[in-house]
Amino acid sequence: MESGLKRRRRRENLFKLAGMLATAVGIAFLGVFFANLVANGASAFEQTFIQLNVDFTEDVISPGGELDLVYADFDGLVRDSLRAEFPHVSSRSERRELNKLVSIGAGYQMRDMIEANPDLLGSAQLLWVPASATVDMFIKGNIDATLDASLRPLSDAQISWIQALQDSGRLETRLNMALFTNGDSREPELAGIRGALMGSFYMLIVTIVLAFPIGVAAAIYLEEFAPRSRWSDLIEVNINNLAAVPSIVFGLLGLAVFINWMGIPRSAPLVGGLVLSLLTLPVIIIASRAAIKAVPPSIREAALGLGASKMQVVFHHVMPLALPGMLTGAIIGMSRALGESAPLLMIGMVAFIVDVPAGLSDPATALPVQIYLWADSPERAFAERTSAAIIVLLGFLLVMNLSAVVIRKRMERKW
Amino acid sequence: MQSTTLTLVLAAMAVAAFFVGRGRSLAVVGGPGHGSSLHSLPGYYGYFTAMWCLLPALAVLFLWVLFEANVIVSLTVAGLPEAQRSLSPGELNLLVNNIQNLSAGDAVSGDVDAALRKAAIRYQEYGAASRQMLAALALGLAGLGGTIAWRRINPKFRARNRVEHVVQLMLIAASSIAILTTIGIVLSVLFEAIRFFQKVPISDFLFGLNWSPQTAIRADQVGSSGSFGAVPLFAGTMLITSIAMIVAVPVGLMTAIYLAEYSSRRIRGIAKPLLEILAGIPTVVYGFFAALTVAPWVRRAGESMGLEVASESALAAGLVMGIMIIPLISSLADDAINAVPSAMRDGALGLGSTRSETMTHVILPAALPGIVGGVLLAVSRAIGETMIVVMAAGLAANLTANPFEAVTTVTVQIVTLLVGDQEFDSAKTLAAFALGLMLFVVTLCLNVIGLHVVRKYREQYE
Repeated sequence: MESGLKRRRRRENLFKLAGMLATAVGIAFLGVFFANLVANGASAFEQTFIQLNVDFTEDVISPGGELDLVYADFDGLVRDSLRAEFPHVSSRSERRELNKLVSIGAGYQMRDMIEANPDLLGSAQLLWVPASATVDMFIKGNIDATLDASLRPLSDAQISWIQALQDSGRLETRLNMALFTNGDSREPELAGIRGALMGSFYMLIVTIVLAFPIGVAAAIYLEEFAPRSRWSDLIEVNINNLAAVPSIVFGLLGLAVFINWMGIPRSAPLVGGLVLSLLTLPVIIIASRAAIKAVPPSIREAALGLGASKMQVVFHHVMPLALPGMLTGAIIGMSRALGESAPLLMIGMVAFIVDVPAGLSDPATALPVQIYLWADSPERAFAERTSAAIIVLLGFLLVMNLSAVVIRKRMERKW
Repeated sequence: MQSTTLTLVLAAMAVAAFFVGRGRSLAVVGGPGHGSSLHSLPGYYGYFTAMWCLLPALAVLFLWVLFEANVIVSLTVAGLPEAQRSLSPGELNLLVNNIQNLSAGDAVSGDVDAALRKAAIRYQEYGAASRQMLAALALGLAGLGGTIAWRRINPKFRARNRVEHVVQLMLIAASSIAILTTIGIVLSVLFEAIRFFQKVPISDFLFGLNWSPQTAIRADQVGSSGSFGAVPLFAGTMLITSIAMIVAVPVGLMTAIYLAEYSSRRIRGIAKPLLEILAGIPTVVYGFFAALTVAPWVRRAGESMGLEVASESALAAGLVMGIMIIPLISSLADDAINAVPSAMRDGALGLGSTRSETMTHVILPAALPGIVGGVLLAVSRAIGETMIVVMAAGLAANLTANPFEAVTTVTVQIVTLLVGDQEFDSAKTLAAFALGLMLFVVTLCLNVIGLHVVRKYREQYE
């Protein structure tokens, strides 16, 4: 009996240990994941800049006396400034390597300056322009300078020039504002998530304008007015199943019905919002039904007893009391919609869109799809930017879920 | 005018109609002091007027916008010369596209000749005429409806009943959108899948062992013969799903047992929200993590042991998918375990069993249906998962049971086939819908059974 007891106690302890380990696995993964994410992505919030002394000479920008921003050779001004900085660089291939240190965005930056302020013409300015992505990767320590020269993207000469610039204080890292102000780009140092953020924003607006009223109305009908019949049971089973259908099937539905049959333009936030609202609808209906069910029947009976009609009971008494639960469900549904990317791939929001969308029918992309596109890119600099975009996405989701929790805590009443 | 502007104007008219109707109802009985002579509250007369003003006009607007594009295109095509009207559907489509682009000022493929320009001008004229007719019709209906309602206002008129009836109809319409969604999914996927099965026989699809979805764009193109046997896809899906289940079920179940039975309230208060966070991470983020971190790690670990591991192994994708599913199984198992009446637990403990023995001999068997239902729901979630496998699993169909090789799944193929460059009714694109049909049917069966078991089990002990 004693040995049996000892064996049973040991088994009990092993079981408990297994349970603790299992819980620890899930939480450890979370820790590893976030550590990895922050380690990869934190460096993307900084960008290397190079200070150039640019001479806005008249005959380059306005040849023949006419200011012509389209054909002016701003890249030539960049090259001249770099050559003035390193006068001993002579051979053609070396000069090409020198020019590759600066991003092609420098030319656009200078053009915008002249366009905003034409009086700068003829003057010399000290500008901070973004460095190219390879320089940026080198400064952040991602390129191994000890490798053989043929195995790395920067030659020895380029590394020496970078060192010279750093020593003279003309190279520094600053906050990467381009990540938040620019749209997508093929050049990593110029790529930003603003286009994706606006696309996601428009889609979420369409989703909440469509899904919340329809979901709440359906929940009210199903819970308060529908007679208990086989038909209403079927509807309930149907809604529960819709909540569990894979999201890619909604994408197929959107493709076949909204784009093919109705002819709504592809890649528009309108289609994305329509598909996402269909996806969010079952979630909102289920959460709203639970909230309405939680209101005690005494409230309804008291209102009826005082002479209210059924509709007045629902809209004046039940719905205001169930509103916190409905709002919580809606916010949770929205955060699920924000993270969805599979159905958006189906309806064409996976194109390379450079301009920031300004309306509901401009071509756009969404933040999760942008993450997917950048993850596919082979350039080293995009890997850290993908992590940074993921950090931004998770930040938004955190804010939404926290607000749902706060609403639930503040406004919910315990009956 | 634009349809959004028109909608806003109609909304403003409805708001005005509300105030006019309400004022009229009070005026008819001789001022606000005599409001009790009215059958309903004055507000209901206002709502009645607003409804008659807004709803018919909105319905007309909605239907018009829905069918406008097709009607205008048909009218423009009818006005084209005979030679162009009898073109093949593909070429006619291209011509219509050109006309639309030209009238919008965008680039046009091919040359712009006088006939095309005339057609574009006609297209624009039809569009403008349609918009004007729509505006006139909608505003006229709104004014007419508002006036008709306004004239019916009198103290005996049962406005509240009318208004509530209309509101109930709108509620019913909102509920039927959920049904329409399901019907829409089934019909749209079924329709295109049937077109696919007309090109590729269904037995080839379901039982063929070779998945190579190529169709030629031109007749003499290399690789024009494609085979659409989906068995490698089903095998790949099952392989990754089983790896995910092997990871998720033990970990999720033991987590649920630990949190329900052994942990203190404080640990539960920390662990449960953390698991919720795990459930809330978007799948594209999991996919990125799988592709960038887990897959190379698995490959390095495998090669250090002397195994040959692909860089897009099923193991990496399955591992991350399993971690994603852990919170789902944990919460459903937790529900099932907590639903077992404490009398059974107390009885077993009273007879001298340890907590682990109570769990394994009494509670888990009692909670088993609920847990099995939860596992079915998790399997359905794993089968339908897209982003993790698109980013971490391979693209080439491979019929194997080796977790270190690269396999592809049904969802990956749906994405690759539709993000491609084929026209919409080639067998290659339609195959995606056939795969979608398979996916929908299988996940529907799993969901129906799983949800039924979980709900029935919840009621049994309530």
